[in-house]
Amino acid sequence: MATATNGSKVIKPDHDAGRKHFIFSQEHEDLRDSMRAWVQKEMWPYRNEWEDSYWPTEVMKRAGELGFLGLCFPEEYGGQGGDYYYSLVRAECMSYSGSGGTNMGFAVQSDMVLPPIHLLGSEEQKQRYLVPGIKGEKVGCLGITEPGAGSDVAGIRTTAIRDGDEYVINGSKTFITNGPRADFIVLVAKTDPEARHEGITLFVIDLRDEQGEKVAGFNVSAELEKMGMHASDTGELAFEDVRVPAGSVLGEVGKGFYHIAWELQGERLVAAAGSHAGCERMIEKTLEYAKEREAFGRPIGKFQAIRHKFAEMATKTEAAKQFTYATAWRFANGEYPVREITMAKLFASRVGCEVADECIQILGGYGYMKEYEIERAYRDVRLNRIGAGTDEVMLDVIGKSYGL
Amino acid sequence: MTVVKDSGVRATLPPFGEEHEELRETVRRFVAAEIAPNVDEWEAAREFPRELYGRCAELGFLGLKFPEEYGGQGGTHLHDAIWVEELARSGGSGGVAAGLNAHASIALPPIFNFGTEEQKRRWLVPGIAGEKIGALGITEPGAGSDVAGISTFAERVDGGYLVNGSKTFITNGVRADFLVCAVQTTKEGGHGGISFLVLEREMTGYEVAQKLEKMGWHSSDTGELAFTDVEVPAENLLGEENEGFKLIMANFAWERLLMAIGAVGAMQRLIEISVAYANEREAFGRPIGKFQAIRHQIAEMATKAEASRALTYNALRLFHEGHDCIKDVTMAKLITQRAVLEIADEALQIHGGYGYMREYGIERAVRDARLGPIGGGTDEVMKEILGKLMGL
Repeated sequence: MATATNGSKVIKPDHDAGRKHFIFSQEHEDLRDSMRAWVQKEMWPYRNEWEDSYWPTEVMKRAGELGFLGLCFPEEYGGQGGDYYYSLVRAECMSYSGSGGTNMGFAVQSDMVLPPIHLLGSEEQKQRYLVPGIKGEKVGCLGITEPGAGSDVAGIRTTAIRDGDEYVINGSKTFITNGPRADFIVLVAKTDPEARHEGITLFVIDLRDEQGEKVAGFNVSAELEKMGMHASDTGELAFEDVRVPAGSVLGEVGKGFYHIAWELQGERLVAAAGSHAGCERMIEKTLEYAKEREAFGRPIGKFQAIRHKFAEMATKTEAAKQFTYATAWRFANGEYPVREITMAKLFASRVGCEVADECIQILGGYGYMKEYEIERAYRDVRLNRIGAGTDEVMLDVIGKSYGL
Repeated sequence: MTVVKDSGVRATLPPFGEEHEELRETVRRFVAAEIAPNVDEWEAAREFPRELYGRCAELGFLGLKFPEEYGGQGGTHLHDAIWVEELARSGGSGGVAAGLNAHASIALPPIFNFGTEEQKRRWLVPGIAGEKIGALGITEPGAGSDVAGISTFAERVDGGYLVNGSKTFITNGVRADFLVCAVQTTKEGGHGGISFLVLEREMTGYEVAQKLEKMGWHSSDTGELAFTDVEVPAENLLGEENEGFKLIMANFAWERLLMAIGAVGAMQRLIEISVAYANEREAFGRPIGKFQAIRHQIAEMATKAEASRALTYNALRLFHEGHDCIKDVTMAKLITQRAVLEIADEALQIHGGYGYMREYGIERAVRDARLGPIGGGTDEVMKEILGKLMGL
């Protein structure tokens, strides 16, 4: 087995540590306690309301005040300066919100939109977007998918054509989480429409001005209705001769595809963490039911058929969790383990859907009713096998990593 | 910012570290040179040569986790885990691994953990040296997973016990020199009446009733043993009388963990073989691995294998650090045994007709893997344990 060249930096398990996983320190656990308490107090009670109204933007501001949006960013930009594992803790804590849509909106901000600005952005871009993004004062979105191109990123048609000191943007983006309300966007566009991968460039641009009005040429052409994730706003965005300064390029011209490929890795691992944590919540809730609900003279959990379902669900969930932790350990140690990240995302997303379905089955008629919130979890987690790369794209990435 | 690429370089996943790499490499070379080339012959012979124990002992593999004063290497369970994982990964068959480990990892630990100094001298020392072969005898024709239901009875007599009964599915049962044997020592039976006696093959009334034929694991011998008025001296009692259930439980955790680790090694081997075959074998004008169906199949197999590894290594870490890990070990046993069976079957499918032929070793892997969800406690027993841990 090969060993990493940066062996000296590899974290060793702390044998004096408790039963907790070796990637987490006491500081991580402290954050877990405080963030979880906040989510339970200020999000969970409103989960049902937000299904009809979207999560309120003020809640993101509040999260920003408490430092939950900038856990892994440097202090000079208002972040907490934590390591990558804080992202996992955050994703796990958000599972207590009971609202997949809210979790997704927040994850887009802290794990999809802000990281590339931190990594690739100029100082000016960081001050303009990263700093208010961490504070929760500006909401961002990520524009990759188009009506005609999703997984096949190289097939996008939105163009950004250089014109003097500006770029002129034309095209449309769809399925954009936070799109309808976003103040700015990390946009993927073609600066060379003839090229495929090499023609792609990232931009970070304003969608709204200081007064909150949409910038000239930008429009939210549709707010999309979805199967689940109802607490999250999803938009189709239209760009018609939107003129942006040349300084809006994020990273290098023509390198956007590779920037995005990198960006997707952290996002996928956080999605995996959200999946296993979501499973734990569903299992807890369903377990409570199985211990109370009686049929044929005893709690249904005392029937072997139901008991074994719990054993299966817990085992799958624990496998997903350990896989994500092990992979996060690699990622945080400076490896770029695309294969394992892809596997972890694939595995955890599927487990999420399987567990949701089994929980509905155990809850029976109640599971099918809105009141018990499992049918919502079922509808929410279904997206995990599509978003951030479909199962099929994951399988292709993994297969290709073996030279196939 | 330059373009980041996956270099393919991976650090060793905890609880293993770089300090274990040397042993891993040694085992790998040994297995590739001295075991893998002979497996077909040993499978046909329905046993591997007894000398293999001696050879493994010479290299220190049988005593990795035992103290030097008994001839061991003074290592830890992690060293034993590496031996088991690499044995499977580098081409030891299920049968070879079963025969070697039923001795070193299953029969010897209770003697080390519960034995007196004298008992250690009598069985552990020659066991580590590969001179005496041991087996663990729990299962009976009428009691497997339900351990408390065993009926082999040890009657208290002057100076020791008189044992009557039978044991079955005993790995190494045919060739074992001594058997760490579960017996009932109270008339009432049940958990509180189980004790362990070490029976020796030369004892009068100790008989190998049958060498059993099996679906797989052909290179290991599996025996049915019969005991008729076997006189066992009191000094062969292992641990306290009627406290045997504790010994069983202590052994199960490690046995199940080893099965999980062996499966992790076997899965990796099956995937490596399948990737190589898919890259090489052509159909319809291209390597079959270039067809999406096959590419995805291998991706599925690898994902299952790596998820299994993560869960298993974490259970091993908890075990090694001395934490309560029943839940984790049970989950690891449950998930890995099914995963390796599924992966073996998928590997067979990818190999098509060749996979079905004995020569490629894939059909053997399927047959060997089928024991996993049965041995060491069935899947159903694992799920009962987990369900009960959840309060159900």
